Parts: sequence; structure tokens; C-alpha cells
Amino acid sequence: MQIDKNQLLRFTTAGSVDDGKSTLIGRLLYDSKSIFEDQLSAVENTSKQKGIEGVDLALFTDGLKDEREQGITIDVAYRYFTTPKRKFIIADTPGHVQYTRNMVTGASTANAAILLIDARNGVIEQTKRHAYIASLLQIPHVIVCINKMDLVEYKEEVYNDIIIQFEEFSSKLYMKDVRYVPISALNGDNVVNRSENMDWYQSSPLLNLLETLHISSDINKIDARFPVQTVLRPQRDEFRDYRGYAGRIASGVYRVGDEVVVLPSGFTSKIQSINAGDKQVEEAFAPMSISMTLEDDIDISRGDMILRKNNQPDASQEFDVMMCWLNDTPAQDRAKYTIMHTSNEQKAMIKEVIYKVDVNTYNRITEDKNLNRNDIFRAKIRTTKPLMIDPYKSNRITGSIILINDQTKETVAAGMII
Amino acid sequence: MSQYYLNYLDELESEAIYILREVWAQFQNPVILFSGGKDSILVTHLARKAFYPSKIPFSLMHVDTGHNFPEALQFRDNLAVKLGVNLIVGSVQKSIDTGRVAEEKGKNATRNALQITTLLDAIEEHKVDCAIGGGRRDEEKARAKERFFSHRDDFGQWDPKNQRPELWNLLNGKHFEGEHFRAFPISNWTEMDVWNYLTREKIEIPSLYLAHEREVVWRNDTWIPNSAFLKLEPNEEIVKKKIRFRTLGDITITGGIESDADTMEKIVEEVSTMRQTERGNRSDDKRSETAMEDRKKEGYF
Repeated sequence: MQIDKNQLLRFTTAGSVDDGKSTLIGRLLYDSKSIFEDQLSAVENTSKQKGIEGVDLALFTDGLKDEREQGITIDVAYRYFTTPKRKFIIADTPGHVQYTRNMVTGASTANAAILLIDARNGVIEQTKRHAYIASLLQIPHVIVCINKMDLVEYKEEVYNDIIIQFEEFSSKLYMKDVRYVPISALNGDNVVNRSENMDWYQSSPLLNLLETLHISSDINKIDARFPVQTVLRPQRDEFRDYRGYAGRIASGVYRVGDEVVVLPSGFTSKIQSINAGDKQVEEAFAPMSISMTLEDDIDISRGDMILRKNNQPDASQEFDVMMCWLNDTPAQDRAKYTIMHTSNEQKAMIKEVIYKVDVNTYNRITEDKNLNRNDIFRAKIRTTKPLMIDPYKSNRITGSIILINDQTKETVAAGMII
Repeated sequence: MSQYYLNYLDELESEAIYILREVWAQFQNPVILFSGGKDSILVTHLARKAFYPSKIPFSLMHVDTGHNFPEALQFRDNLAVKLGVNLIVGSVQKSIDTGRVAEEKGKNATRNALQITTLLDAIEEHKVDCAIGGGRRDEEKARAKERFFSHRDDFGQWDPKNQRPELWNLLNGKHFEGEHFRAFPISNWTEMDVWNYLTREKIEIPSLYLAHEREVVWRNDTWIPNSAFLKLEPNEEIVKKKIRFRTLGDITITGGIESDADTMEKIVEEVSTMRQTERGNRSDDKRSETAMEDRKKEGYF
């Protein structure tokens, strides 16, 4: 394996037991030889106990006690596999509407989303919901897998009809890159290996697609954004005046010698050195964790952002956000929360709920503005001090926020800045 | 550098460093749970990088079962000195002697579950508000559900069904007095990733991980090392084999595998063709389908 070049791809799979989601993941793990013998024999035993002939691939994704008992996924489960070309992280999420918040969570870090459609049923309400979430969270690549092709005699017309259905409703959504693959997860057609039953399909099987998606340009490399996480001040003689500003570059590229401005103070300076771990480097880019020193001694702390003079985010105290309510306790009117945005923390309130979204029909609801768990809505947020924000569309890191309830300390909502 | 992208090991490293710095920024008194095993060595190494040129700002906390590989203890002490970090040791033996816990009985008795009490006592005594662990999601199905920042109530318990959602890279470590967090910076690493990284970075690990001629006994389908704690059953005998360990746990229950891998490069090659999971040689996980989940809910690592 050429480890030194292989990239990491994170993808999400949303779906329910009936779409064959677990079977698909099991198939990917099994055919890519990512299943160990002891896992295999445990699954073989359970399959036998359940009276299933052969191996029930879906059992490979079994999780917590309650999930096994109820045969469902409750939470986001992460699975891993590697091929000679890439390392993959699957965020496996449940598909029902009462788990919208889990889907949103899994989607927040994904490079790609796999949407499963049962070839017999075509586009259904659930498909629309999953597509909406993929578009809301701006997952850069969407792969629509039309599954159970074996049950429709591998017919090309069925596949083409579903593509037309999908394109029709998804034209209302913002999706950059959509691919379609006809598969049978149960039999393995076009999952890892090319199907012999569908010679009319000329493009890549699913795994090959995942291995070759172009993801290098998914991260914004233009707008330099460096939120300071912490300041390194070694108490050692050889580093007496050392102040390293440590953080993970959210986007863009930084080079030694660059002129920078620090917000919110507005002080300017030049980058003196950049460290990646214990090594000095000349330049660094997102998503590297680095520390940098500046030529001038200025006061910088956690929550500040180091930027280029001519490319700055908006400093704003009031902005519109698309949000998902995550908590069991509904939102209180004009309640105050702690807002987390990059490494910054302020107090905030939801000033106004503008509308809620019906995730199945995409209709806007303006008559009922109560916020319950799983609700997707647009709101106006006001903070006590300005945040340095970008639209989520151009920056997933500086464009996202969460709200924390100060009484329970729980994360109650997640938002994407418009 | 013409193309601005990270390979997967660099991306995992960057993610782990981000999490470690977030722990430092959000908690008052974090520690690294240090077992002497490769995963906690990796976390310690990543912490060194995260805060360079500062020293690692966390103490190392070791829960000593009293059933250790002696070499792992030696390694622990040397590393703490080399990095200039404080070492806290919680002793299961002391918990037994003071009556906090009672030794399990029977042939397959282990001190595994007893560690929970010792760990939680040490966390309370040292007012630790975040314990950083080397747990990985690929290890076990209950661990697959762990967050980077994992909340524990004031009894140290984990409620897997009521975890805080983690979106993007926003980590919420807020908690009430008496509660604490576990942080898992290498959640997204697999065993293979760990070995590739340790090899690439030339990180020193205990030689127990390398194949060597060792005295062992065949028990519970694995090679259990000879030690002061080993009581031979009538039908058992000690033999010499070329053995290496894939994990280092309680010496009385951690099995080794027959192997010729006596260099890091050979281990990487061996692990890539390995057909058994890493914890397959740990009898603590084999007790039931949900052994790990049950222990974790109580406060286990």
C-alpha cells in the first residue's frame, strides 16, 4: 500500500433496515476483506440461531444491546475499512424521521453521502428526507444507490426511471455532485465487484467510485481562516519569549512571512514561524493542526482568529441560521444559550424563528414555530459580542455553530450560517 | 508542496492534536490514562506534538492492576521521566487491601472489573475533570459509539443512549461539579493506522509487542505468558514459543500470538494480513456479547 499518498474519505449512510443499508455496509466490509475471522464466526453463529442460511451481512453492523434487541440503529455508529487506495470512515445513521438529529450529526463531517433507494419502490418520502439533509449539510458528493436490482430483474428501465424521479425533486436542492449506481447489496452486484447481471451499466461499481471521488478540493483553500485554540508559552529558558498560537487551520493556506490581521483586535503582524508538531514548516494548509509565532508581541487568546488583511469574515452579532433542534427538551421562547463557533464562545439567544421545514415535502411551516427534537428551522440569532462568521456554503468550519443549554450543559441545537 | 491535501495518517494526527488541545482549553485538570500499551503511548506522543515546545501539560495516570507485565511498568516510568511529566498511579491492590473491592473467585478470575473502582477513586482523589484515553472505535462495538468528548455522570457512569451529539469539530466539554469527561483523541484510528504511524514516526514501544522467545501456557485458546501470578492447572504445561502480544492488559488474561514479527515493519505486514481482531485474545471481552458495553457503562475505559 502506498500509505504516503492515501487519503481519508468519510461518508454517511442513512437508511432503514428495509433498504438494505446494513446489508450494504456488511457487503462493503466483507468484500473488501475488512471483516476478521472472529467477527465472521460470531455473525455466522447468530445467523444460525436466527435460522438464517449462510451469513446475514446486516449483523456486522450490530451495536449496543438495545439496538440488537430492537434490530435498529439508534445512534451514529462509526465503522472503518481500508482499501489499497483509501481509508474510509462510515458514519452509519438510522433513517427514520425521529432520528433526523443523528443523520445531521453523521452528515456534518462527511465528504460523501450514500442514499439508498429500493428499486421496487422508487423515490419515497425517506429518500427526499435524506437528500434534504445531505443538501442542508452540504455534503460535497452524493451517491444514489438503487438497491435490490435483483428484485426487478436487473432492468435498466427501472434504474433510468428512478434517476428521472430523483432529478425531478432534487432540482430544488443544492447538490454539487450526484452519481447513480444500480446495485444488489445482497448479491454483491456493483458494490465491490462489477455486476455480471447489468452489462448496460458502464460506470464504476460503488467502491471504485468511493475510491476515486475527487475530495482534495472539498476543503476551501482560498479563504485563510485560523481560529486560535490555545496559546503555547513554554516555561523553558531556550523559549523564553515564545508565544505559539495553536489551532487547526479551518481553511486556506498560511506561509511564513505572510502579513496577517488578528480579529477582533484588528492588530496586524507577520508570520514569523509555523510549526507542525515539532517540525518547522514554510507553509501550512487546512485541515492541519499547527502553531505559529508572529513577529510582533500582541495580545492574542483563544477564540481570536488570525487572517489575511484583504480576506476577512463578517464580524456579526445578528445573523440567520438553518438549524436542527437536537434536544428532547423543546426550545424556550427567547431563552439564552451558550453559542460555540470555532474556538469562540459567547452568550446568544434565538431572536426569531422564521420558519420550520417539513423535511419530507420541503414546505415551509410558518404557523407552528415551536421547536422540538429533530425540527429543522431557520432562525435569527443574536450574540452578546460579534462572531467572525462565513456562510456555511463557503466554509463548513467557520460557518457552523452549536447552542448549549446552560442549565443542563447539553448541546441542544446545531446551525449552519446563511 | 504543490497539492494541498493531507494523507490519511496526517489527517488523523491533525484531528487528534486538535482534540488534545481542546481538552487542554476546556478542562481544569486533565490526565492521560496511561497503561503502557501502544495506544496510550501513541496518545502521549501526540500530546507531545500538540504542545511542543511546551511540555505535555497533563499528568499520566496509570491504573495498576498489580498484574502487570514488568516491562510495561519499566517503560511507563522511563517515559514519564523522559517527557518530564507527572505520574499518578492508582493501585487495584490497594483498593483490595482497603476493602473497596473484593477479588473475583474461580478459575477465570481477573482484576479487570476491579479497575473501575480504582480508576474512579483516583479520578475523584486527584480532582480529574477529563481523563484522556487511547480507546478506538474499531476495537469493539460499544466503543464504536463513543464520542471524542464522552460525558460521565457523578457516579462515573456512561449513558450510551443519551450522549451529546458531536457535529463538525465543535466539542462540548461543559459539565457540573463532580462529573467528568473521557476524551478519545484516536477514536478514528484502526489498529493498522496505529502500527503504520508508530512505524513511520519511529516511536518506541515495549518489546512485548515484538516476537521473542517466551514462556507461555495454552489456555482459553490463547498463549498466556508465564508470570508470578500464573497457577498451572493439572493438564497445563509451560512451553517456549516465539510469541508477541497484540495488546498489553492484565498479564494473567492477555494472550499472545505465535509470530515471527520481530521488527516494526514485520508487525505492520503481519497486522495487515491478520484475520483475528486485536481483542480476540482478551478473555475479559469474551465473557458475553455485551461485556465491554456493560463495563463501560459502569465507568470502564
